[in-house]
Amino acid sequence: MIKTTAQKIYIVLIFIFLYAPIATLMVLSFNASKTRAKWGGFTLKWYSALFRNDDIMQALFNTLLIALIASVVSTLIGTVACIAIMNLKKRSRAVVIGITNIPMLNAEIVTGISLMLLFISMGLKFGLGTILLSHITFCIPYVILSVMPRMKQMNPYTYEAALDLGAGPVYGFFKVVFPEILPGVLSGFLMAFTMSIDDFIITHFTKGAGVDTLSTKIYTEVKKGIKPEMYALSTIIFMTVLILLLLVNRRPAEKKK
Amino acid sequence: MNKKPVSKKKLLGTPYFIWSVLFIIIPLCMVFYYGLTDKSGAFTLENVLAIALPEHAKALWIALGLSLIATVICLLLAYPLAMILCNKKTGKQSFIVLIFILPMWMNFLLRTLAWQTLLEKTGVINNILGFFHLPPLSIINTPYAIVLGMVYNFLPFMVLPIYNALSKIDSNVINAAKDLGANSFQVFWKVTLPLSIPGIISGITMVFIPALTTFVISKLLGGSKILLIGNVIEEEFTQASNWHLGSGLSIVLMLFIIVNMVLTAVFDKDGEGSFL
Repeated sequence: MIKTTAQKIYIVLIFIFLYAPIATLMVLSFNASKTRAKWGGFTLKWYSALFRNDDIMQALFNTLLIALIASVVSTLIGTVACIAIMNLKKRSRAVVIGITNIPMLNAEIVTGISLMLLFISMGLKFGLGTILLSHITFCIPYVILSVMPRMKQMNPYTYEAALDLGAGPVYGFFKVVFPEILPGVLSGFLMAFTMSIDDFIITHFTKGAGVDTLSTKIYTEVKKGIKPEMYALSTIIFMTVLILLLLVNRRPAEKKK
Repeated sequence: MNKKPVSKKKLLGTPYFIWSVLFIIIPLCMVFYYGLTDKSGAFTLENVLAIALPEHAKALWIALGLSLIATVICLLLAYPLAMILCNKKTGKQSFIVLIFILPMWMNFLLRTLAWQTLLEKTGVINNILGFFHLPPLSIINTPYAIVLGMVYNFLPFMVLPIYNALSKIDSNVINAAKDLGANSFQVFWKVTLPLSIPGIISGITMVFIPALTTFVISKLLGGSKILLIGNVIEEEFTQASNWHLGSGLSIVLMLFIIVNMVLTAVFDKDGEGSFL
C-alpha cells in the first residue's frame, strides 16, 4: 500500500517536472503583459494577433510543409528499404543497419555541420530544399527502426503462400505484408513527423537566410524577447495534438467494451 | 527460380542506399576533410590539436562534466520510473506516449526557455518557495540550470530504452529467483539489473551524446557566460566562418561518439535496449 502510494507520488513528480514548462507557456499565452516576468491580467489578444502576424504564419507553413514532405518521403524510402534489408545477407545487413544508426547516435550538431559542408560543396542554394533533404536524412532511421521489428515478427511463409496461390509480388505485398507492418509504418511516420517539427539544430545549420521554420524563428527572437503570439501558437498546436491523441486512444477502448 | 525475386527485392533498397551514401557517409567524410586540412587545402593536424588550447579545453571539460552529471541524474530518475511503468499493465502504451512524446509537440526551444520563467529570481518557483518561507533558489545562468535543462530535455531518451529492456524480461526468471529463495533486493541486484544493462547502456548513449554536444541549452539557460564545446563549434560555423577549425573540433567530439557506439555495440548486440 505504502509502496504503491510512493510510486504514484513519484510518477506525479516526474509528470510535474516534464509538464511545468508547458503549463508555464500556456499561462503566458493568456498574459496581457508583454514581458514574461509579470502577470498583467487575462487576455486573448495574442491569439487574434497571431493570425495577423504574417512572419509567424509563414514559419508555421514552412514547418508543416517540411514535416509533411519529409515524413512522407522518409516513410516511403524507409519502408521499401526495410524489405531490401531483410533480404540482405547477415554481414551486409549489419553494415546497412550500422550506417542507419549513424544519424541517430551521432551528435545533431555534427550531422548539421556535415550536411552544411556537403550542400556548400555541391553549390546548392540554402533554403527550403536543403532543410528538406536534411530532414529526410534524419527521419529515415526512425522509420526503419519502427518498421524493422514488425518485418522480423512476420511469418515469411504467408507471403510465399500468397505467391503460390497466384498473387503477383506487388499484390501479395499489399494484401499480406503491408497490413502486418502497417502499425510500424504508421508509428514510423508519426515519429518522423514529430522529430521534423521539433528539430532545431540541424535546421539551424542547413537553412538559408530569410527562410525560417518555427524553431529557427524562435531562436532569433530569443535575444529580443519572444513574441507572445508564439506562446499562443504553441498552445494551439499542443492542445490540438493532445485532443487528437485522446480521440485516437479512446476508440479502441470503447471497442473492447 | 528462387534467386530472381530475392535480387529484385534487394533492388528496392537502392534509393535508400544511394541516399545514405550521399547524405550520411559523404558529409561525414567532408567533416574529416575540412578538419584535417587548412585553408589552402594542405594536410594539417592543427585544427584537431586546437582542442588543447586553453579556451577550447575548458569548454570541453565543462561540457564533459555537466553532461556526465546530467547522465547520472537521468539514470537515477529514469530507472525507478521505468520499473514502475513496467509493472503497470493497463493502458501503459498510451500513458508513455502521453508522458514522453507529447511534450515534443511544444517547441523544444520554448520549453527550455520556459525554465527561465520558472527559475528567475522573481519566478514561479521562488514565489512558491517564498510562500513556504523557504530560501530562494538562484540557479538561473549557472551550470546548475544547464544540468537541469539537460535532464529535462533528455530524460525520455533514458526512460524509453530502460523500459523496453525491462519489459522484455521474462517474469518466469524473476519468479524462479524468488522460488529459489532470493529476497527482493537480491532479485533486483542479481536478475533484473543485469538483464536491463543493454537498456541502460543505450540510454546513457542517448543522453550523454546530445548533452555533451548541446549549444542551445547552455545558450538559453547559461546566460551566454558559460561556453560548452558545442557553443564553440557553432560559433566557428555561424559567426567566425572558420569551417576548418569547427570541423577539427567536431572530429574530437566524434571520438567520444565512436567510443559510445562501440560500447553500445558490445553491450547491446541484439538491439534489445532500442529507443523505439
